[in-house]
Amino acid sequence: MTTETMTRPASSKRIEALDDVTVRFAGDSGDGMQLAGTQFTRGTLIFGNDVSTFPDFPAEIRAPAGTLAGVSGFQVRFSSHDVHTPGDAVDTLVAFNPAALKVNMSDVKDGGMIIVNEDAFDKGRLKQAGFTDSPLEDGTLSKYRVFRVPVNKLTREALKDSGLGAKDVDRCKNFFALGLVYWLYGRPMDTTIKWIEDKFGKNPALAEANKSVLKAGYFYGETCEVFTSSYQVDRAHLVPGKYRRISGNEAVSLGFIAAGQLSGKDVFYGSYPITPASDILHTLARYKNYRVKTFQAEDEIAAVASAIGASFAGDISVTGTSGPGLALKAEAIGLAVMTELPLVIVDVQRGGPSTGLPTKTEQADLFQACYGRNGECPVCVIAANSPADCFSCAIEAVRIATKFMTPVILLTDGYIANGEEPWAIPDIKTLPRIEIKHPTARSDGSAFHPYERDEHLARPWALPGTPGLEHRIGGLEKQDITGNVSYDPENHQRMIHLRAKKIASIALDVPEQKVMGPEKGDLLVIGWGGTMGAIRSAVERVQKQGYQVAAANVRYLNPFPRNLGQVLSNYKKVLVPELNMGQLRMLLRANYLVDALGYNKIKGKPFLISELELRIKEVLEGKN
Amino acid sequence: MSTSTLPQLTPKDFASDQDVRWCPGCGDYSILAQAKKILPEVGIPREKIVFVSGIGCSSRFPYYVNSYGFHSIHGRATAIATGVKVANPELQVWVVTGDGDGLSIGGNHLLHLIRRNLDINILLFNNRIYGLTKGQYSPTSELGKKTKSTPYGSVDNPLHPLSVAIGAEATFVARTLDVNVKHLSETLLRAAKHKGTSFVEIYQNCNVFNDGAWEYATSRETKDDTTIFLEHGKPLIFGKNRDKGIRLKNMEPEVVQLGGDIKEDDLIFHDEKAVEPSLAFMLSRMRYPEFPEPMGVFRSVDAPVFEDMVHDQMRQITEKQGKGDLEKLLNSGDTWVVS
Repeated sequence: MTTETMTRPASSKRIEALDDVTVRFAGDSGDGMQLAGTQFTRGTLIFGNDVSTFPDFPAEIRAPAGTLAGVSGFQVRFSSHDVHTPGDAVDTLVAFNPAALKVNMSDVKDGGMIIVNEDAFDKGRLKQAGFTDSPLEDGTLSKYRVFRVPVNKLTREALKDSGLGAKDVDRCKNFFALGLVYWLYGRPMDTTIKWIEDKFGKNPALAEANKSVLKAGYFYGETCEVFTSSYQVDRAHLVPGKYRRISGNEAVSLGFIAAGQLSGKDVFYGSYPITPASDILHTLARYKNYRVKTFQAEDEIAAVASAIGASFAGDISVTGTSGPGLALKAEAIGLAVMTELPLVIVDVQRGGPSTGLPTKTEQADLFQACYGRNGECPVCVIAANSPADCFSCAIEAVRIATKFMTPVILLTDGYIANGEEPWAIPDIKTLPRIEIKHPTARSDGSAFHPYERDEHLARPWALPGTPGLEHRIGGLEKQDITGNVSYDPENHQRMIHLRAKKIASIALDVPEQKVMGPEKGDLLVIGWGGTMGAIRSAVERVQKQGYQVAAANVRYLNPFPRNLGQVLSNYKKVLVPELNMGQLRMLLRANYLVDALGYNKIKGKPFLISELELRIKEVLEGKN
Repeated sequence: MSTSTLPQLTPKDFASDQDVRWCPGCGDYSILAQAKKILPEVGIPREKIVFVSGIGCSSRFPYYVNSYGFHSIHGRATAIATGVKVANPELQVWVVTGDGDGLSIGGNHLLHLIRRNLDINILLFNNRIYGLTKGQYSPTSELGKKTKSTPYGSVDNPLHPLSVAIGAEATFVARTLDVNVKHLSETLLRAAKHKGTSFVEIYQNCNVFNDGAWEYATSRETKDDTTIFLEHGKPLIFGKNRDKGIRLKNMEPEVVQLGGDIKEDDLIFHDEKAVEPSLAFMLSRMRYPEFPEPMGVFRSVDAPVFEDMVHDQMRQITEKQGKGDLEKLLNSGDTWVVS
């Protein structure tokens, strides 16, 4: 990248400086809002801001056009300092139709900017969105700065000589809005122009059209008298190094590929398509030259069962799903517990129960991950806290699974799976090697004991194909050491304790719980998973106001970090914000007899920093 | 793989140290004995053989064979075996299942294993009853079957395993009987040697909960008239005196008496190599008492094998794009440098 591309094109208008901006693109599912949002994110990242994104789309692929159900949105927050969430309130909303306006306007700050595609505000669409009068005329939007832009008309105008059909022309209109927003925030368009050239390289007419519309949007901002000023958000002071834009699903996929390379083994990924986890399958399927086998199974059960089979045969085995799929996999995970085979299960959580809210985020599968199986069936459970964090969590899950011969459930959620942020690309030399030893062939006729344990209580991973180690495993209770079927009562109790002890001992192998903030104080705000950004930001705000409050994000959920009880006891109060009814809170209460308070939101949306800040202050002021 | 250096194994080498716990008189004993007999002939070293099973009486099978074995969960043996075979195609993988495990709870996975054509040998022990749960009717129990769960008779239409397998275009389909040990071992050996999914239905007697289910097909008095042994390229002839045959009439089979106007040449000639599975499907629909039930190999055709295609694709992509370089991968995508 040359420095020229960083320079803002000369503008004749006033430029106001801002340090933190949230933009949301909203329209029909077919309007290309996700694309506009992603493109804006790329341009902004490369410009040098810290960025956090939140795509929000309906479960229906194409709900009827113009309806509230069909509204799709993409929110981008960019800043000159580091950000941990995609933003609470929206500074600039781009609304492509009345329904998008209706669904999103309440999230816009007072005095914020709303850019509407005026051409979509006809009688029919207004009625579809439930407006009796046009909100553009009746004062509904009086507290916002509204900019009416005839996007359809201007797009058609820009392409009148392009030779494209009306349908193709109209499909370019998201790029008009993108161009306008690029101008508004002084972003260079180079990344999008290059993307258009790569994407439509084989169809120069379409490439040219998209570029023209993008530029038309940009120059519309520059020349149209409605926009009196544009805005400048300086580059963030990110730690020097090479960065990559990454989503949680991409990061988790790269983590598994890395784990395969770090252990020198093939990776087997068995999965069945499910929102919001399918992108992991899509990503891994592309990297077959990295010794990755992807298997799209006939159902969730076959997905996990095939992974168990592949694990028995010696692959690093992973299955990915969301909550409903985890429910279906439960029995097979129990089999992996009984047969003590390494297996990683990724659960990209979404709103439940049942089919619930497939495209919305929630963190209500913690109990299911910890306890959703028959019998005493402990597994290791860990959770990633941001899109980029998914990379190291995937490697960690494989490390634990293979070292302790156990299933590991890795919890992410729709919010961090689809959200993107800049990722400081790690030096591969700093990544942990994953040492795996398989017992070798024996020819002396000595008995092989598949349930003899090492110092970590892990049994040997003896691979079919190894002479002299022939053995049988299965779901029936195992006799200690020999692994033969055993119905002996004493043995059953011993094995239950052994399996539990093995999982508990993982706590000795993972880092202690850390806190952000004072080590002792009035309040600890403790959460897990993708709420970390919001909790941390809210706690930082309250700390600045002089309160003795700290934040913690629990990555290791079973077993808990060995010092967690001590950490909890260092604060007068403990508050557990969760996007569920209080699952971690209940576990903390049960394990540590701590009178933890909750803050629980189950709306399919992530926390706002402001609402957490409010609750934290309430608790500090004695309102439990 | 060269077999010349292998030590000569015997059936004994395939016996595990576990006590066999099937009921005395169970048909499973015979199948186990014949499997152990043919395994040395297959010529694959013991450590490269994996038996996978689900739940049910048949599924205890892996414990009794001294190879690698996996006794898994109900209905999922086929899915687990798929993972084993894809992870390491050098292993010879067997699935042992039953009419409940394979066709009821595991019906879905069975279909998908077959249509993918993994090189896996499936032995389906059909005793037309749930044995391990003590005597409920199974998906292959006949209509009207009185069991503990159907005291007034079952109103479920039965499923016919071979019709299902052929419907999913299995590349090797055969039927045999637990008591006909010669035919049983020949059939197992052929299944083992077929490249692609081999599906073998074995008529197996549960002498505790469904004794005599296959009496018509096994008793000395009736079997010649109730079964017909398929041979590739030969006419379909049966009967104690080999004087009856199967002829095609209006696209349907009919039983005819040989002699008089009807010659052998008028009968259906079995063609197990037919690419089109219709003949095999028709044979699978010939049922007692209207027809003699065919035994032997219904179908044996060549087709690409799933795990080979998986690994070929990995090889081709690696040749084209080069061996994966982690550093390059992490540094791909939208990247930029902050200085």
